Amino acid sequence: MSRLAKVNEFVLRFANVNGTGSASANGLVARALFRMGLPVGPKNIFPSNIQGLPTWFEIRVSEAGYTGRRGTVDLMVAMNGQTFAQDVRSVEPGGYLLYDSSKPLAPELRRPDINFLGVPLTELVTRQFANPRQRLLFKNIAYVGVLSALLDIEPEVVEQLLREQFQGKEKLIPPNMQAFELGRAAALERFACPLPMHAQRRDAVGDRILMDGNSAAGLGCVYAGATVAAWYPITPSTSLVDAFSAYCEDYRVNPDGSKRYAILQAEDELAAIGMVVGAAWNGARSFTATSGPGVSLMTEFLGLAYYAEIPVVLFDIQRCGPSTGMPTRTQQSDLLSSAYASHGDTKHVLLFPASPKECFDMAVQAFDLAERLQTPVLVMSDLDLGMNDWLSEPLTWDDSYRPDRGKVLTAQQLEDGFQFYRYLDVDGDAIPYRTLPGTHPSKGAFFTRGSGHDRLGAYTEDGDKYRDNVDRLRRKFDTAATLVPDAATLRDHGNSAGIIYIGTTAEVIPEALDALTAQGLDVDALRVRAFPFTQRVYDFIAAHDTVFVVDQNRDGQLRAMLLIEGNLDPARLVSVLSYDGMPVTADLLVHSISTHLEPVRALAMGASA
Amino acid sequence: MSYLPKPKIHHPQLPKNTLGLTRRDYEGSLSTLCAGCGHDSVSAALIQACFELDLPPHRVGKLSGIGCSSKTPTYFLGPAHGFNSVHGRMPSIASGAAAANRDLVYIGVSGDGDTASIGLGQFIHAIRRGVNMLYLVENNGTYGLTKGQFSATADVGSKSKAGKANPYTPIDLVQLALQMGAGFVARSFSGDKEQLVPLLKAAIAYPGFAFIDVISPCVTFNNHEASTKSYSHIRRHDRPVMAADFVPLAQEITAAYAPGDRHTVTLHDGSMLHLKKLAEDYDPYDRIGAMNYLQRHQADGSVLTGLLYLDAEPTEMHAMLGTDAAALNSLPHASLCPGAAQLDAINAALR
Repeated sequence: MSRLAKVNEFVLRFANVNGTGSASANGLVARALFRMGLPVGPKNIFPSNIQGLPTWFEIRVSEAGYTGRRGTVDLMVAMNGQTFAQDVRSVEPGGYLLYDSSKPLAPELRRPDINFLGVPLTELVTRQFANPRQRLLFKNIAYVGVLSALLDIEPEVVEQLLREQFQGKEKLIPPNMQAFELGRAAALERFACPLPMHAQRRDAVGDRILMDGNSAAGLGCVYAGATVAAWYPITPSTSLVDAFSAYCEDYRVNPDGSKRYAILQAEDELAAIGMVVGAAWNGARSFTATSGPGVSLMTEFLGLAYYAEIPVVLFDIQRCGPSTGMPTRTQQSDLLSSAYASHGDTKHVLLFPASPKECFDMAVQAFDLAERLQTPVLVMSDLDLGMNDWLSEPLTWDDSYRPDRGKVLTAQQLEDGFQFYRYLDVDGDAIPYRTLPGTHPSKGAFFTRGSGHDRLGAYTEDGDKYRDNVDRLRRKFDTAATLVPDAATLRDHGNSAGIIYIGTTAEVIPEALDALTAQGLDVDALRVRAFPFTQRVYDFIAAHDTVFVVDQNRDGQLRAMLLIEGNLDPARLVSVLSYDGMPVTADLLVHSISTHLEPVRALAMGASA
Repeated sequence: MSYLPKPKIHHPQLPKNTLGLTRRDYEGSLSTLCAGCGHDSVSAALIQACFELDLPPHRVGKLSGIGCSSKTPTYFLGPAHGFNSVHGRMPSIASGAAAANRDLVYIGVSGDGDTASIGLGQFIHAIRRGVNMLYLVENNGTYGLTKGQFSATADVGSKSKAGKANPYTPIDLVQLALQMGAGFVARSFSGDKEQLVPLLKAAIAYPGFAFIDVISPCVTFNNHEASTKSYSHIRRHDRPVMAADFVPLAQEITAAYAPGDRHTVTLHDGSMLHLKKLAEDYDPYDRIGAMNYLQRHQADGSVLTGLLYLDAEPTEMHAMLGTDAAALNSLPHASLCPGAAQLDAINAALR
């Protein structure tokens, strides 16, 4: 039988039952491979359920640095009877399937073209551990031991990781090591280890870190100086506020126990963003984190914050919609509902992070932009980035950073005679000045309202004054385009076709470009990092005959926004769509793009012949 | 247009408070509410209360939702920042504002539509959260701005101007506030300045969530004989159970009070609240008793007014959250940012 023989280029998938404690064992494998200097892309594929439903965890190991989802499996750790048949089917020919052979395997579940590796895990742990909960947990660690032998994962690395994981609970280390060794010995005894497909230590990750985007964004809020977080629990954004809370507990607690931050768990998303608006009106950096259904509830206040010009930072960790959709699956499908959230002519600044480092950096930028522009800024992450560990450039910080508080007048400036009118464009950038409540006894007070107001801040229903105000808001959006992070050109070789994409799609782009090049299809690539779109985006589109716009949603929302904002020829923007709730794969991009380009190329070649 | 500046002509001999300010310094724009609107009397009472409390007007944040009542912050405390937010959501704005800056005084003005219908959730959660604010409802039992629909506080059988009877049970905001744990709960009548001003003063000074439900008749849509929120109905059915007299810290205390039915409560800042029992069988320190008393009297059509409940040791939001004694919006960035060296350590732990 053929056996896949690859070093440092393979996909592992674990099939487990939700709630059995497998996530930490699977994460341990990912981190051990990472510690061996190998780029890894772990993805937790979990159900919207507390316990009992099937869950998968996938690790792409790639010395070449392709950490995105590939779509097929080289080694399956099949620990869930419910999905066993399906799991068997998903393995590549020549691939491997590790299963618990404590019970005999039904013949119909076998496949002749893959390698079944049976280890009686239940039997082994039952013999070793008396406590039923321990048996469950240590079975997971035991298969980590089996994998260590099969894939040549260094046991010293695993041991060190266990020591770090159980720091402060040292008595848990020996039984975990025992379970690990149990599995490792069983594999060494049964199989020729390592497999032809295995890992070898390399130095292919450099100083990069393995971190989830929500933790990075939460930490970014700490570094940005956010003091008020108001939120309502919703998957997959909750861990962002949890991270903010944990980092604040580390760095923001006074010796007397008092806290230099406030976290308000609101009664719903309407209140959460209301609190952010109230705190920001009062001059505190404040934010909320939510997902699509939360954004829907927050739109009324987003409209108020836009029109009343109040800084708001909102992290939208997008999940699969519409409605409840698939709450634990990923998508980029809140673009339109976020960019134009609320009634009336409203536009919001969006940032699109593509790595944990960008989650951190864009968290800080979001506060600076929100205060500079006096408007909501939405950081559009997604479940894939938010809740999975990603290989990332290390986080960096410049201690000379000072928050950009925007045009906030001090009591002294008012005292010195600054002629303050709340909505007057003094500097030509369409951004007015503001004052914070309580600043000055007699100067600078104004009334914040969602109803029509003139340049002076006074209520009005005068059509000309209303139009003057909303025209200024549109010009302010033009100013925003000069301040937001510019698009990033990944490749610009003067090809006739290019790809435009945002956020997590970035993970598979290098692989897709390489694969297309291998087919003789060279395309350029540009990553959009913010809305409003910068000039570079329009220049890139103008320079290419065909532009593929990758959207992880059904309706091509990024493409729609480009068309709306850029007044472009729709024929030149070709949608490449992925919306099954799973992170996009390089294969899909390659297939979609080559299917479109091949006839064009064939035609061109025919013409030239 | 509902934003008209008032003429700036002052009587030269207007009395001044300890800040050297006159009552006029606490006024706002000219009201554009209907002539005779109860809300204007409430605005006048607020102006009087803040003046008498010697509050620096600019240290007040005045907040509201949407509706006639929510227009009123424009009509008092001109030098204060105001926030006319969205319907029913004033409590969340106030919560966030109070979280950011605990040093300001917050006065939230709402209406019965704004609070008892669309804003009911935010109202009760602001109470739970113990936001340090005066939450004032100008309660007229009707939707004035949309021309006279019943609100959720209209009594069963109460008739609209068009003669239709309200079929639904009213929400009694006072009972709700008591149930949810508000530390200061009062009801008053816009036409009773003698009662309202001391209540407002005490509520503003109260170091926790203070709620006042003010029956404030709508002269346009709900001031007819069949309305239970009309001037005539309230005047007939008003049953004051307590009288409150507030003596702020800054004011010299000279009055002598007879013992017996008079209670004095000293608040944390040293201000004093003198309570006089008007109904012999009423105890304002008994939350459960107050709820029973209110329900009993509601059944006979009485409208109980006065300070209905007082918790002299309230727990306020910042105490629950354990926040810094300084306003969060005043903390320097250096005290909030862990810095580059710490970030290097975080990176190292992620390898």
